[in-house]
Amino acid sequence: MSAALARVGPALGVGLFRYLPILLLLLLWLAATRFDWVSTGVLPPLPNVLVSGYDLVTEGDFWVNTGSSLYRGGTGLLISIVVGGALGIAMAWWRPLRYVMSPIVEIFYPLPKSALIPVTALWLGYGDTSKILLIFLGCMLPVTIGAYNGARGAEQTLIWSARSLGASRLQTLFDVVVPSALPEMLNGVRTALALSFILLVASELIVARKGLGYLIGFLGDGGNYDGMFAVVLAVAMLGFFADRLYLAFNRWVLRWRE
Amino acid sequence: MAQGNGAGASQIVIDRLSHMYRPAHGRPVLAVDDVSLAVGHREFIALLGPSGCGKSTLLYLLGGFLPTEAGTITVDGKPVRGPGPDRGIVFQHFALFPWKTVRANVMYGLKRAGLPRGEQEKRAQDFIDLVGLHGFEDSYPSQLSGGMKQRTAIARTLAIDPKILLMDEPFGALDAQTRSLMQEELLGIWQRSPKTVIFVTHDVQEAVYLAQRVAVMSARPGRIKAIIETKFDRSDPHLTKTKPFIDKVDEIWELVRAEAIKAQMGRAP
Repeated sequence: MSAALARVGPALGVGLFRYLPILLLLLLWLAATRFDWVSTGVLPPLPNVLVSGYDLVTEGDFWVNTGSSLYRGGTGLLISIVVGGALGIAMAWWRPLRYVMSPIVEIFYPLPKSALIPVTALWLGYGDTSKILLIFLGCMLPVTIGAYNGARGAEQTLIWSARSLGASRLQTLFDVVVPSALPEMLNGVRTALALSFILLVASELIVARKGLGYLIGFLGDGGNYDGMFAVVLAVAMLGFFADRLYLAFNRWVLRWRE
Repeated sequence: MAQGNGAGASQIVIDRLSHMYRPAHGRPVLAVDDVSLAVGHREFIALLGPSGCGKSTLLYLLGGFLPTEAGTITVDGKPVRGPGPDRGIVFQHFALFPWKTVRANVMYGLKRAGLPRGEQEKRAQDFIDLVGLHGFEDSYPSQLSGGMKQRTAIARTLAIDPKILLMDEPFGALDAQTRSLMQEELLGIWQRSPKTVIFVTHDVQEAVYLAQRVAVMSARPGRIKAIIETKFDRSDPHLTKTKPFIDKVDEIWELVRAEAIKAQMGRAP
């Protein structure tokens, strides 16, 4: 028990030290409104925001909207990982597909994906499917490019080793090329994860009747700035924890790398 | 017309083989030029030559990794048409699957051969023990030293029991002590379960110490310049200090030196 504590103690200390700047920022926020450095119309006091946040969380409206956002973001992201990863690896594996898809990927990669918000709304309306399609389209290319580069980098001698150990050509695709592509593809997924939050909130702000982005807009339009700030904070925390969780998952999947 | 050690006894026959190396950018280079060679069953032969002389290319052609364009290669009378588990390969940089543990690496070929899981594990353990890696079964390659990585690679190849062992400068990336230890162990393994070994190296002493015959290759284009018998009593622990051994190394070194100089000149701008 005490041994476990001795191990956890320093880790906790390091963690606190690391996020000290965040604590300072919160203190600055507290001070800025307390001593009237900024008007409360611009920045509501932190305690008010926290009280508002507590009310939202206990009333249940918040959770319905969070659930809706997570469903859209999660589904869109999942499809983008599966389709994007498969496309990238297939492009590396099969030359004709590479010739067809490379220029398309190159043209669409730099396109600001938020430009697709009205397009997907026009196609699929205000509901879930338009957000899922948007996030899928917006998040796919970083995964595709990561998977493609990783698969192209698969070592020739590994493929040859597998072949001489009895693998067919198709088996080397799954036994060698796919795992070789994984590290770079997972980097692409991290970018996609961040993009998915941006697209989710942006699209919900503009065209939605549910979701955290919608809630931010709704509270802001109604003049409830304390509530609006609380939801913005909640989205920021959600994004942060999603990224941390993803990094832990990443470390576990790639545990063979030192 | 293949040079061999007795007609009919040859397991591998390379006949008038040429290969053009075509880099993605730049001009094609003739890497292997009109090579003929016959290798007997359970023979240990070294391909010796300066870097870039095409000896690795020759090995990759034997492995079936590169297509045969001019000339023929037959193994047990059948032309080589691609890689197969009858010819195991060990690469200089190990080529272990980095995402697999030592055990999973050694089991890979057995899995592909369709052995039952329990059989795979038992056989893998035998070969892990054989190369002295007991206790490292669950380590990943990134956690091993160079020598241990190469032991894993050798165990992985031996586990599928190939008739022919192709070795591409397998000890070239190891430090001197580890290398000499690995050479001894390879000889031990070969004496206990003889296989045909084709061993590519640029180290004259290594070639003479390990092989029964040494094929000296010329600088690019790669041709076989001479084939020299190097049969010694390997059970003598002081073999490398005996006069006949040293003389043989000197004799072959003279042949290689001329080629090494040519290779150097060829690379100068």
